[in-house]
Amino acid sequence: MILLWLPLWGGEHIMPFINFSKDEIQCKIVYYGPGFCGKTTNLQYVYGQTNEEIKGKMVSIDTKGDRTLFFDFLSLNLGKIRGFDIRVQLYTVPGQVHYDATRKLVLKGVDGVVFVGDSLKVQRKKNIESLINLAKNLAEKGISVRSIPLVMQYNKRDLDGTDSEILPIDIMEKDLNSMLKVPSFPASALKGNGVFETLREISKLVVKDVSRKIMVLDKQFR
Amino acid sequence: MNIIITKKDLERIDLCLNKMVSSARAHSALLIDRSGQLITHHGNTPGIDVLSLSALTAANFGATAEIARILGEEEFTLLFHKGKTENVYFSAIGEHVILVTLFDDNTSLGLIRLQINKIIDELSGILSSIFEKRKAPVN
Repeated sequence: MILLWLPLWGGEHIMPFINFSKDEIQCKIVYYGPGFCGKTTNLQYVYGQTNEEIKGKMVSIDTKGDRTLFFDFLSLNLGKIRGFDIRVQLYTVPGQVHYDATRKLVLKGVDGVVFVGDSLKVQRKKNIESLINLAKNLAEKGISVRSIPLVMQYNKRDLDGTDSEILPIDIMEKDLNSMLKVPSFPASALKGNGVFETLREISKLVVKDVSRKIMVLDKQFR
Repeated sequence: MNIIITKKDLERIDLCLNKMVSSARAHSALLIDRSGQLITHHGNTPGIDVLSLSALTAANFGATAEIARILGEEEFTLLFHKGKTENVYFSAIGEHVILVTLFDDNTSLGLIRLQINKIIDELSGILSSIFEKRKAPVN
């Protein structure tokens, strides 16, 4: 869901796009993926590394065993783009299969999705199931997984070279991104590698999508 | 779906909230949408993280809607949480928006409910005109 405060819009004079200054756009970005893939860790890293002035408090509703029960929430102010104050609200969903109702709730009003894939070989099937689940839940809201701003993140790359067997990037690309062909990033949410690259890319895609919608609306209102 | 709110709409909403806050002696009121985005807030909210409150309220409403469904109800349209000094009253306005009223012991639940009922029609009117006229294309 996007909320715009347009001081000059709606009266008799429809102002051109460039005049919509001092306004605000709120975008909702959801981190999706199987249980224990590192969605919350992504948000925690962003929260830990971000300046106090631009972030809100991080809210987590989790169980004692580190599992997200409902969602995590973090609000960030990305500064101004074309005169609009851009605020993104980052959410995570609970990854476990039986929390599907909660995932649907969190997806309400979503503007962009980061799909966090788990690089552990044992999680290969779960990644695919979770991506199919995302497509299904978006479709129920009338959104196509092919058209919504989407970025893939292949997390836990820091386990490469350890005893844990991990999937090569090209296998993950084939499994998760061969049809969608969206931007993808190897990452280690725990160490921070790739976290901001992912966030930057999804923010860019969402803002681009929002700008496109504003242009369409602008034409409609003329 | 996207919502566009003009300054004019916002002024009308703020006027409503202002009226409600002062007549019910609540200390603040927030208007949020069901996806957890804050539309506007009015009154005295120092130290309250209104953005997190908005996200949690939407989640709270979503969770209780599921409880309602299990019980064979369509939805619970109002929720009330009572604390030692702070209380919060949530009311659904139409299918997209929630009004959150925060109040303390300076007023009573009865007065709050009465004043909310009075402004809900007015707010619904403003909001439905926003949703009807300014629906953005989905894609």
